[in-house]
Amino acid sequence: MYTKTIAQLAESLQKGEFSSEELTRTYLDRIEKLDSQVNAYVTVTVEQALAAAKAADARIKAGTAGPLTGIPIAHKDIFCTDGVRTSCGSKMLDNFVAPYDATVVSRFKEAGVVMLGKTNMDEFAMGSSNETSYYGAVRNPWDLNAVPGGSSGGSAAVVAARLAAASTGTDTGGSIRQPAALCGITGLKPTYGLVSRYGMIAFASSLDQAGPMAQSAEDCAIMLGAMAGFDERDSTSVERPATDYRVGLNNPLAGLKIGLPKEYFGEGLDADVARVVEAAIAEYKKMGAEVVEISLPNTSLAVPVYYVVAPAECSSNLSRFDGVRFGYRCEDPKDLMDLYKRSRGEGFGPEVKRRIMIGTYVLSAGYYDAYYLKAQKARQLISDDFKSAFEQVDVIMGPTAPTFAFNLGEKSDDPVTMYLSDIYTIAANLAGLPGMSIPAGFVGNRPVGLQLIGNYFDEARLLNVAHKYQQVSDWHSRVPKAFE
Amino acid sequence: MSLKRSDVERVAHLARLEVAESDIAEYARNLSNILGLMGQLEAVDTHGVKPMAHPLDAVQRLRADVVTETDQHEQFQAIAPKVADGLYLVPKVLE
Repeated sequence: MYTKTIAQLAESLQKGEFSSEELTRTYLDRIEKLDSQVNAYVTVTVEQALAAAKAADARIKAGTAGPLTGIPIAHKDIFCTDGVRTSCGSKMLDNFVAPYDATVVSRFKEAGVVMLGKTNMDEFAMGSSNETSYYGAVRNPWDLNAVPGGSSGGSAAVVAARLAAASTGTDTGGSIRQPAALCGITGLKPTYGLVSRYGMIAFASSLDQAGPMAQSAEDCAIMLGAMAGFDERDSTSVERPATDYRVGLNNPLAGLKIGLPKEYFGEGLDADVARVVEAAIAEYKKMGAEVVEISLPNTSLAVPVYYVVAPAECSSNLSRFDGVRFGYRCEDPKDLMDLYKRSRGEGFGPEVKRRIMIGTYVLSAGYYDAYYLKAQKARQLISDDFKSAFEQVDVIMGPTAPTFAFNLGEKSDDPVTMYLSDIYTIAANLAGLPGMSIPAGFVGNRPVGLQLIGNYFDEARLLNVAHKYQQVSDWHSRVPKAFE
Repeated sequence: MSLKRSDVERVAHLARLEVAESDIAEYARNLSNILGLMGQLEAVDTHGVKPMAHPLDAVQRLRADVVTETDQHEQFQAIAPKVADGLYLVPKVLE
């Protein structure tokens, strides 16, 4: 039963083929037996999961179940969960038991979802390989020598290894899409503002967005239906009518205009990855889509702009971790300055410290105009590129990442090389556009993702386009050998 | 752009981060490389471009000026490193 999608599981639960409690126990047993191979869970919430499963079974019996009632999923450990440790992958929050639920978590609870536990992640979501976690690196279920991608690496690995039916992730510069690609699963980063950020520990507030990670586009559609919606507790939450993202999943693709940005197929893209992506695009042509070459001329600016804007916002957001109100406090501080400096110095890992320092530097007197203001202007140019592109095409396609999963330790010594792993995903965050990654094939035993970028609030179309490909391919339903 | 030891020390102080003496050289090297990456922006013509602070053309939403939160200080302070009588404790600031 653990290989089924959410849609299939919901049907089985409805028909009474098995109960949510049986399903939940199956996943909990698998986690106990198999998670040590991938290190994808930071916390497993056995008791809460079983209690939620029993409550879900009662709802199913009473006929009040929804499409997610009784489905066991995992939350990235960046979402606050009432009464459960919320570490954000950091020593700073190793002792932090959240006093409330994030909106995403409470919406899933209302839908009757069973939380299996919290997933490992790059510390404070800063990383592209899930190697910066205080709880150790996550391994890629397809190849235990490879990274799962990051920062939602644990969330991607639990879905790939079938240690949860689905998971939640967050995406600031590619943190849902890049690990989804590297682990062979489906991930969606919605339009900025569609999903509430309340209770989601902030990294870069003008970029952060939560989204679903699952086996299929259909499952992402079901999850997004529960996640999306206005929340007065998030000042950037957008008021829009509720949407059933499943309604248009099977719409025909004849006449769909797909744009391929020439900048996404140039230097830096692995030749084998390019072949896989091109083969997937050829399938779309067979389905009647029209493919045109487009240009996003400011693509090369995305990484430098991001590494000004994101650290600047992070240095501000992470100033709240001061050793006074919650989280880690150093031993025997001799004065207040010592308390701040040592609590933060000992509580944060090296990558987080690097980004706080870069952010502090670019915002400091004398450098603000040269870096931060300049980056905000260049961000506008990147956004304008997409605006012109979407006047010509309905959806943009390309590789999610320039390479397949690299080996553990391969890039961890050189931050700049690591940053380039997100070269194709960052621009959608800067512009605030929705993006997806769907499994498109393999290079050897390592998965490759196809990225879809849509216009603002065009998630339904992205899901439709992804779903149609998954009707003619089976990459998304493959399971790594060690986890069959 | 190459950062000196003293630059790293100054930024670390502004960010209230203790950095081990032995790590400063590596931070200086890494941070300089990152600033080098950002240097690519210098060549971009942004004359007349309006800085983009937010992905959507949104304005800050306002709400009625009424109390919406309840007093939960006991719950919130239960996870604090050190509290007494409803107050957060830090080392003595004034002698």
